[in-house]
Amino acid sequence: MMTFSIRHIFRYLLSCLFLVSVLISSPVMAADDSQSLQEVSQLLIDGDFDEKSRALSRLAETSHPRTSEILQLLSDSQLYYHKKEKQLYIITEYDKGKVAKDLAGNEQVITKKRDYKKVTLNNKMRGVINRIKAELGLNADNPQQREAAVRDLLKDITPDTVTTLKARFFIEESKKVREMINIALAINDLKSSDDVLLSNAIEQLDGSLEQESRSALMTFVSTTESPQLKKQAQIVLKGIEDKVQYYGWLETFYFGLSLGSVLVLAGIGLAITFGVMGVINMAHGELIMIGAYTTYVIQLLMPDHIEWSILVAIPAAFVVSGLVGIGIERGVIRFLYGRPLETLLATFGISLILQQAVRSVFSPLNRSVETPDWMSGLIQINPVFSLTLSRLYIILFCLIVFVALLLVLKKTALGLQVRAVSQNRAMARAMGIRSNRVDALTFGLGSGVAGIAGVALSQLTNVGPNMGQAYIIDSFMVVVFGGVGNLWGTLVAGLSLGVANKVLEPWAGAVLAKVLMLIFIILFIQKRPRGLFPQRGRAAEG
Amino acid sequence: MKTFKKTMLGAACAMALSAGSQAALAEDTIKVGILHSLSGTMAISETTLKDTMLMLIDEQNAKGGLLGKKLEAVVVDPASNWPLFAEKARELVSKEKVDAVFGCWTSVSRKSVLPVFEETNSLLFYPVQYEGEESSKNVFYTGAAPNQQAVPAVDYLMNQGVERWVLAGTDYVYPRTTNKILEAYLKAKGVAPEDIMVNYTPFGHSDWQSIVSDIKKFGSTGKKTAVVSTINGDANVPFYKELGSQGVAASDIPVVAFSVGEEELSGIDTGPLVGHLAAWNYFMSVDSEANDEFIEAWQKHVKNEDRVTNDPMEAHYLGFNMWVEAVKKAGTTDPTAVQESIIGVAVPNLTGGYATMMPNHHITKPVLIGEIQDDGQFEVVWNTSGTVAGDAWSDYLEGSKDLISDWRAPLSCGNYNVKTAKCSGQNF
Repeated sequence: MMTFSIRHIFRYLLSCLFLVSVLISSPVMAADDSQSLQEVSQLLIDGDFDEKSRALSRLAETSHPRTSEILQLLSDSQLYYHKKEKQLYIITEYDKGKVAKDLAGNEQVITKKRDYKKVTLNNKMRGVINRIKAELGLNADNPQQREAAVRDLLKDITPDTVTTLKARFFIEESKKVREMINIALAINDLKSSDDVLLSNAIEQLDGSLEQESRSALMTFVSTTESPQLKKQAQIVLKGIEDKVQYYGWLETFYFGLSLGSVLVLAGIGLAITFGVMGVINMAHGELIMIGAYTTYVIQLLMPDHIEWSILVAIPAAFVVSGLVGIGIERGVIRFLYGRPLETLLATFGISLILQQAVRSVFSPLNRSVETPDWMSGLIQINPVFSLTLSRLYIILFCLIVFVALLLVLKKTALGLQVRAVSQNRAMARAMGIRSNRVDALTFGLGSGVAGIAGVALSQLTNVGPNMGQAYIIDSFMVVVFGGVGNLWGTLVAGLSLGVANKVLEPWAGAVLAKVLMLIFIILFIQKRPRGLFPQRGRAAEG
Repeated sequence: MKTFKKTMLGAACAMALSAGSQAALAEDTIKVGILHSLSGTMAISETTLKDTMLMLIDEQNAKGGLLGKKLEAVVVDPASNWPLFAEKARELVSKEKVDAVFGCWTSVSRKSVLPVFEETNSLLFYPVQYEGEESSKNVFYTGAAPNQQAVPAVDYLMNQGVERWVLAGTDYVYPRTTNKILEAYLKAKGVAPEDIMVNYTPFGHSDWQSIVSDIKKFGSTGKKTAVVSTINGDANVPFYKELGSQGVAASDIPVVAFSVGEEELSGIDTGPLVGHLAAWNYFMSVDSEANDEFIEAWQKHVKNEDRVTNDPMEAHYLGFNMWVEAVKKAGTTDPTAVQESIIGVAVPNLTGGYATMMPNHHITKPVLIGEIQDDGQFEVVWNTSGTVAGDAWSDYLEGSKDLISDWRAPLSCGNYNVKTAKCSGQNF
């Protein structure tokens, strides 16, 4: 062990010496710098993808001071070149009249967009860029950045990386980063033939969830000749795989919850219109679609504040969809109360009309709704388990909408009237409740909630004229399964259907999982026609 | 009652008049049928093709028409409804008496209209990539066959060092057949069965969480992994969004898609998708004079400078030009004469080469692989050196590898078995 570290110190000293020599000779380098930059930019402009990758590697090898800047520009696709001048330009906004800056900092105005062409990348080049960035990132100030850099280097450990990592290990202060470097070195040691080194390396990898550790161990188990080491590695591998499986179950549960909350969001508006009022509203999906299109329009109206657009879109979608809902109720449905078949056909017709209207107004193509920055990304809990942020927000949002709706129905005057009318219309009217007005408002409330669901769905799926159709069956499924007229039923039904679907999906496949769910619900409804939480009382009997 | 009779009489008169004027028109115009859905699920893709056809017909008329006559477009709306496709096709052929029909999207719609075109012996130009395994006397396939799209794309990825394959598709005939061909092809190239994962999802699938997570796990064994996607239509947007939010970058697991073009990308925020691939025979970003002219004409026609062009549009461009040339060559629009004269007709394509109609009613096309850029365009990263002729019957499937198609006399057969030296007699 001792000799090991002395070798390291020696390497470290050597690299320090090298650094010092570079610093001393820097005035001479300056001239070279601009020359090498010139060469690199020529390659970036004229070269094919292989030449471009080589140019970038060379830039990094010469440790050119502007390396990281140029790499960043490339990956943000802000590096352009002038077709005739053959010179690189930095363009942050690619439009007529905007500024193009060359690498020396001279600015000029873009007179013709077609004069400039972007320096294009392919996946191989992106790989090279990521690798160089990771190597540079090793010296970052932020320990998290350093840890990520080591993790990136795990993908391909070369003798060079081992040297740099070892050098870094001795000046590294953060325990986490040292741990990560140890894993990297252990993975490398698995290739050696020294039994003690191998045994130590296997021990080091115990409990490491990085996929590179797993694949390194797997290759080791299948190639090693020593039965003792093989057994040790197998035990470690088994431990890791148990952990991975455990997190796999957690992940499935999370996916189920998030699918369930989408189902609840889509169904909860219907739980009011269908559940409380008894109207079979086939246009429910289109009300969701209107909510999603409202989000799109809001984003068009406030292009500079995309991050807040979702928050504005929620009330806006509620109002727009709610008004459309009230319009449908006053215009069509109120003439058809008590005639469910006609209501079904009429609302189906309305759904087709709304779809075609959207197609005519917005074009039949899908519209792109942007995801604000605070909603994208993921929380990485460990290498095999992470929570996607957008899904997390949607689960939270679903719960908030649910609680709010529950409060409206239980605590407000409107809620009281709604419940009264739905329980016994004639009696409620006798007590002086204007049942017409209540009907319109209830339908508006249900439609408005559908609109809110549309805002959430616009973050997950297509915003197009057909999006409503995808959710109408699911919505009815959730409401019927949960028990008509019961919000709690909708919540429990949605979440449990979501989780059940996700548990079934891995072994049954997406198509069969859906079929199985539907068969289950049909059988369940045969046994308990009123759903999970049936409404009790005299009104329910009628 | 009297007024009712009067109205009826009036209506009858009006109808007679309009029928008369139609007959008069029909004499000095050549009618071209356009059979694309303008409503329903498929309207998203097909409306564009209807506009493309109208533009091409306008342009041809500006050039003086065809055989000294003006072209007249007859547009019908099959509303994404497969049986309605057959009805509307019959309406175009029997009632409107069009000389050629350009249309259909999805193999289901094509299979539904096929009997109509064969029965009435009229012509259909089908502009979309499809699974092959068909060659009809009456249909011209101007989109890509699997050997012009799927197989070269897999070859490209293999050269990039990919060893594990996920074949993900929507559950219908095109992905199922294409994946069958690809699976046979990969196995022939020595890929082990455990390195291939096949996954099907329903139309419009929107919850991709567990599938993307499975792909991630499948790709975490240390071998380079790629996804070959035949996912169709609307399901693509949530799929790509999920890839983005679970952090699957193209440099780790690239996805190569056969149904995602410029038009589909215009509905997505492409930031997280940069680097994923698509294989087509045309990209809007291709630098050629013909392409620049086409884009300019298209944007002028739809009066919108942001509209994009895509591969099936080029297919219609080629099919229409071929038909025009064949009619000129035959000197008549008679379908039988055109069927004969169109074989061997070559017209310039939009990528700087030529497309030729082959005896099996498929055309020659270059194969391009493009990477998605953050402006929603594709950058070509690889292309075949020349053009590839479409193969109606795949060489990698049992039962179809011995078949060839040649509609020239004396063979005149869409599925001639070279081993038994027999034509099965089926029309397709």
